[in-house]
Amino acid sequence: MSGATDHTGIQPGEITAFLTDSTLCIGCKACEVACKEWNDISADGFDFTGWSYDNTGALGHATWRHVKFVEGQITPGIGGNSAEQFSWEFSSDVCKHCEVAGCLEACPTGSLVRTEFGSVFLQPDICNGCSYCVISCPFGVVQKDEDDGRAFKCTFCTDRQKAGLMPACAKACPTESIKFGRHDELRIEAQVRLATLQARGMADAQIYDPTDSSVKGIHSMFIIRGEPETYNLPPKPEVPSIYLKEGWKSAAFEAVAMVGAVVASFFLLGRKG
Amino acid sequence: MPGLGTSVGRGGATTAQQSLADSDAILIMGSSMAEQHPVGFQWVVEARERGCRVIHVDPRFTRTSACADMWVPLRAGTDILFLGALIRYVLENDRWFKDYVVHYTNASTILREDYVDAEDGAGLFSGWDDEKKQYTPETWLYEGSEPKQSGGSHAGHHPAGGGHAKDRGGEAGHSEQFETDETLQHPRCVFQVLKRHFARYTPELVERSCGIPKDVFLKVAETYIAASGPQKTGCICYAVGWTQHSTGVQIIRAAAILQLLLGNIGRPGGGILALRGHASIQGSTDIPTLYDILPAYMPMPFFEDDAKNFEAYVKKHTTEAGLWSKFETFMVSFLKAWYGDAATKENQWGFNYLPRVTGDHSELGYWLDMADGKLDGLFVMGQNPAVGAPNGRLQRKAMANLKWLVVRDLVETETASFWKDSPEVERGELRPEDIGTEVFLMPAAGPAEKSGSFTNTQRLLQWHNKAVDAPGDARSELWFAYHLGRMLKERAARERNAKNAALNALTWAIPTRGSVGEPDAESVLAEINGRNLTTGKLLSTFEDLKNDGSTMSGCWIYTGVMPEEGRNRANIREAKDSLGHGWGFAWPKDTRIIYNRASARPDGTPWSEEKKFVWWDSEKREWTGKDISDFKKDMPPDHKGDLSKGGLEALDGDKPFGMHPDGRGWLYVNSGLKDGPLPTHFEPLESPVRNPLYPAHQTNPPTNKKERPDNRYANSPGDPRFPFVLTTYRLTEHHTAGGMSRALSHLSELQPELFAEISPELAELTGISPNDWVTIVTPRALISARALITARMSVLEIEGRQIHQVGLPYHWGWKGLVTGDVANDLLALSQEPNVRIMETKGLVCNLIPGRHPAGHAALDELHELLEERP
Amino acid sequence: MLKDLFSRWPVIQQIRTRSAGTGAEAWSDRTRNLKPKTAGCDVSRGVCPYCGVGCGQLVYHKDGELISIEGDPASPISRGHLCPKGANTHQLHTHPGRLKKLKYRRPYATDWEDLDLDTAMGMIADRVWETRERTFEETRDGQSLMQTTAIAHLGGATLDNEENYLIKKLFTGGLGMVCISNQARI
Repeated sequence: MSGATDHTGIQPGEITAFLTDSTLCIGCKACEVACKEWNDISADGFDFTGWSYDNTGALGHATWRHVKFVEGQITPGIGGNSAEQFSWEFSSDVCKHCEVAGCLEACPTGSLVRTEFGSVFLQPDICNGCSYCVISCPFGVVQKDEDDGRAFKCTFCTDRQKAGLMPACAKACPTESIKFGRHDELRIEAQVRLATLQARGMADAQIYDPTDSSVKGIHSMFIIRGEPETYNLPPKPEVPSIYLKEGWKSAAFEAVAMVGAVVASFFLLGRKG
Repeated sequence: MPGLGTSVGRGGATTAQQSLADSDAILIMGSSMAEQHPVGFQWVVEARERGCRVIHVDPRFTRTSACADMWVPLRAGTDILFLGALIRYVLENDRWFKDYVVHYTNASTILREDYVDAEDGAGLFSGWDDEKKQYTPETWLYEGSEPKQSGGSHAGHHPAGGGHAKDRGGEAGHSEQFETDETLQHPRCVFQVLKRHFARYTPELVERSCGIPKDVFLKVAETYIAASGPQKTGCICYAVGWTQHSTGVQIIRAAAILQLLLGNIGRPGGGILALRGHASIQGSTDIPTLYDILPAYMPMPFFEDDAKNFEAYVKKHTTEAGLWSKFETFMVSFLKAWYGDAATKENQWGFNYLPRVTGDHSELGYWLDMADGKLDGLFVMGQNPAVGAPNGRLQRKAMANLKWLVVRDLVETETASFWKDSPEVERGELRPEDIGTEVFLMPAAGPAEKSGSFTNTQRLLQWHNKAVDAPGDARSELWFAYHLGRMLKERAARERNAKNAALNALTWAIPTRGSVGEPDAESVLAEINGRNLTTGKLLSTFEDLKNDGSTMSGCWIYTGVMPEEGRNRANIREAKDSLGHGWGFAWPKDTRIIYNRASARPDGTPWSEEKKFVWWDSEKREWTGKDISDFKKDMPPDHKGDLSKGGLEALDGDKPFGMHPDGRGWLYVNSGLKDGPLPTHFEPLESPVRNPLYPAHQTNPPTNKKERPDNRYANSPGDPRFPFVLTTYRLTEHHTAGGMSRALSHLSELQPELFAEISPELAELTGISPNDWVTIVTPRALISARALITARMSVLEIEGRQIHQVGLPYHWGWKGLVTGDVANDLLALSQEPNVRIMETKGLVCNLIPGRHPAGHAALDELHELLEERP
Repeated sequence: MLKDLFSRWPVIQQIRTRSAGTGAEAWSDRTRNLKPKTAGCDVSRGVCPYCGVGCGQLVYHKDGELISIEGDPASPISRGHLCPKGANTHQLHTHPGRLKKLKYRRPYATDWEDLDLDTAMGMIADRVWETRERTFEETRDGQSLMQTTAIAHLGGATLDNEENYLIKKLFTGGLGMVCISNQARI
């Protein structure tokens, strides 16, 4: 309508989020193109995968939105929107911008930072390509560009957000399957949407926002039909540093044991006299 | 287009995409809307979320099916069987919208005694001439309509015709004279004829021949029909999945009949949304770069038919009632736009400057002439027939016969380089050294580099504004046409003779500006809009046009887009409502949903509060509501038509279809279509199945197969060399012949290779593994693609046996970032009888595991397969 | 410089600000001052050139260069959205394979050569004139014909209304070309 603008009215300091709803996705990949156009990203290979209509394959340094296509059961008379069965689902994957982010914890150069919008941002002017972040992401999102030497991932269009604009992918999405907004509001919207879908009989609809893992929730939430594994999403993603805690514990134990052994050996040596 | 034009009066979508949000049921067929019109599809999703039922009928389970409530698989080419069965269901179960049908359609009109329906003619209507392979439609006229003695052929039936013109039967007979039986009981009234015509289109037949289980069919019927009546409406969306058939126009006619019976036309959430595939395809038929029409659907003069003189031409195409009674006014004003002062009453307004049509000058028609060496030169602007046209091998070889070729595009297309690196060159069939075609490849400006208007799928004109200069040699087509014309006119001015008379008479005064001399597009739009030549003022409505030479208009249906100097309504962007009033200009007169008189009862009150749209304000004595009324604003609902007054006044106040001389929606089309007044099922030109209804007539009788050695067909039905059904289509990620997508990395990587969609059963049957190469063969060619094995291609049970279908997108060619074989090489060059559109949606093929060899060996393999396979 | 590097070191940051060293204190100047590339650009109102939906587009440009082409939120049809093709309109205009120079192929040649635009226009006009001289028929059997079938035109659905109008006017109304067609079938 006249007057409708790009501006979201969201101020820096407000925590923002994505809610990507598969039940509205039409599998068009406008999100992939809009992201590449905005961020001037080069081609990520021209490879036919045969994985349904998904030739993109995975997120990486040159793919920051990736639409997954999962084929289920096809029955005459039943459309994909029917609650009766899972026929062909589309889900646009993106960096999760975790509440507790493995990449952020692992980065030794201070390249990865938390922005004023609560997103995880990789500063390309700082990154030295060490790749610690790559192995620390439980979702396999961030990747190093070997030709360039630095790692890259979704920026959550921080440049756009700082000007009060929504990310390029959300703006393009024809059916507003990718919703962008305030994190707390979208959390509620996800619950409302789930209730609506379940009331229609879609028992397999779920919200993917793993708050009970060490990631403590994600700022890119999803509504999917079926289990997360169907979409190659880890049901319980863990930040590698929780294993560090275990590591510290055993290291501490080792240290004590070592000290104890050294002390004990002095006694023993003394005995030998 | 004639499917809609003959049914309701105008060849274009009857509604706006936004109106889908008000639908209670949406039937998408002959279209994968989510894939090909994704942003338009948001309105379907919005409706769906509000409880509207979305039904997708398609041979494949596509991304649209994935978003629909119901997916109905059907055998490619059986659309009329399916729609006919829905029509029969509505009639047999008394589910038609009675008041609407009785008042607003020709259901009550009585036909002649000598009319013979296809049901009684074993597939043929009365009037079939088996020698000429065409119909004489006189017996199709209404009882009481005198055939007009205007000479020549019956309107719409000229052999050279292309079906786009307005000659929709209004001229063939005086169809404002007719008799009716409003009780719909007379055995020869349209309603009863309709019932008998579709009597055998049963749910059982649908199961046997379309492959749709009966319970699924009945569920679709109930779901869609439930969304009709005073409080509910349903919309049908279609695209080239319907038009690219040898029965394409009749498929659309069937949809129109269904929508008229259910009372959906002209109402919010109802109508027929013809989803057109290009930015300005509607514009390019309104202001046509087509051979058989002039702007605003006025017919080109046909030699020896209607073109003896202006008087005869006008007489033939004028109706006594309805809007086309003003034909002379529109035509005179048009000629004044083209020929200005050189068009006078004395010289018949310059009528003899216009060339006459003498044959099939359509693309497929003249291309065959090109193949036979009869054409010298060709301009191709923003199109890529080497990949996009049917029977690619014939297309490309034909171009080698040209003396000169001018291609204007954004990239070097396959068409421009056919002489250099086409498959024909690769296979040794053509050698550059032997090709004498002189080629000019001219860079074109992109839409952000020029100003102008597009007319989109819902008849909306929108202006795009130039942002930056085009690079290097790139120029707009406006620049090209204007300067070429200027140069030719300069020469014609020096050589004044009869041959150059039209060129000298042509008005061509367009201001130019800037360093390259870019013509001012708005001044062209002003000419299209029209002016009063006496006052110099722009016109705001076509109602102000005159037949005395004092007005001009290049395209009267667009009049009003520029009602005053400096006010370009195509460039105004202040939408006031969901339908978009205040944003752009929809023809005619900015009406967003046409035929909207039908959204009110015969007495002028709304059918219901829910579907209130346009209604009669009895105080103000005018039509009012949510849209511009597609009706004479001050004509009361109880007006009684006065034939002596002619025009719109000759129609009753409860007749919404003012383009028709009887003001009614036509369930039955008494003239204007070459293949019959009612849709009838015929099999595609190549089919594995015999016509279950009319075994004596396998295919649509007047279809032109243009059969020749380089355009061969499989034997039908059931050629054992080609046992599988093939259907071709588009993908979201690419655009037509690829020039605007395969050159771009972001789109190319989304769909990098040509693939064929094959069911697991068919893959097993033919020994094809996932991602392997597979070769697809038809009588025209063989190509190779990657095998995408998916359950979304299902096997159908047809007449007790299994029919397999293969799917193929057609976007690939040998230029660009991603390349592949040209799928359209597989198609035959055929012409649907009315609009000469080729059949791409249902043909036959065979599959061979593996990739075809390079070079001439591929042709050897093809010949072997055609001749020697048992 | 060393002092600057030292102060930016996350450990120092953490000690100083008593934070994790991953927040605002770790932002570079570039990050802190991030602006969208469309800031400060002019905007033209455009329409998508791909399919028939007619999505509105905002064309951002600066100093004669296209910067970004996005959806127009004010469009009642598209409401700011674009499909993958519409979203790629910027690359459509700017990709390296875009034709910028006229290419000419002589009869029987095996490759393209350069030719300047004005010369080409003159040659094309000559070709049209010459073909017309040979093939144009003014009358047939005493009736006006005013036609040539030896030159044809293809294209229109991707062109502007104004362009189609001039093409039809010149070709048919002026030159008598009747073989005119476009992709209103595909």
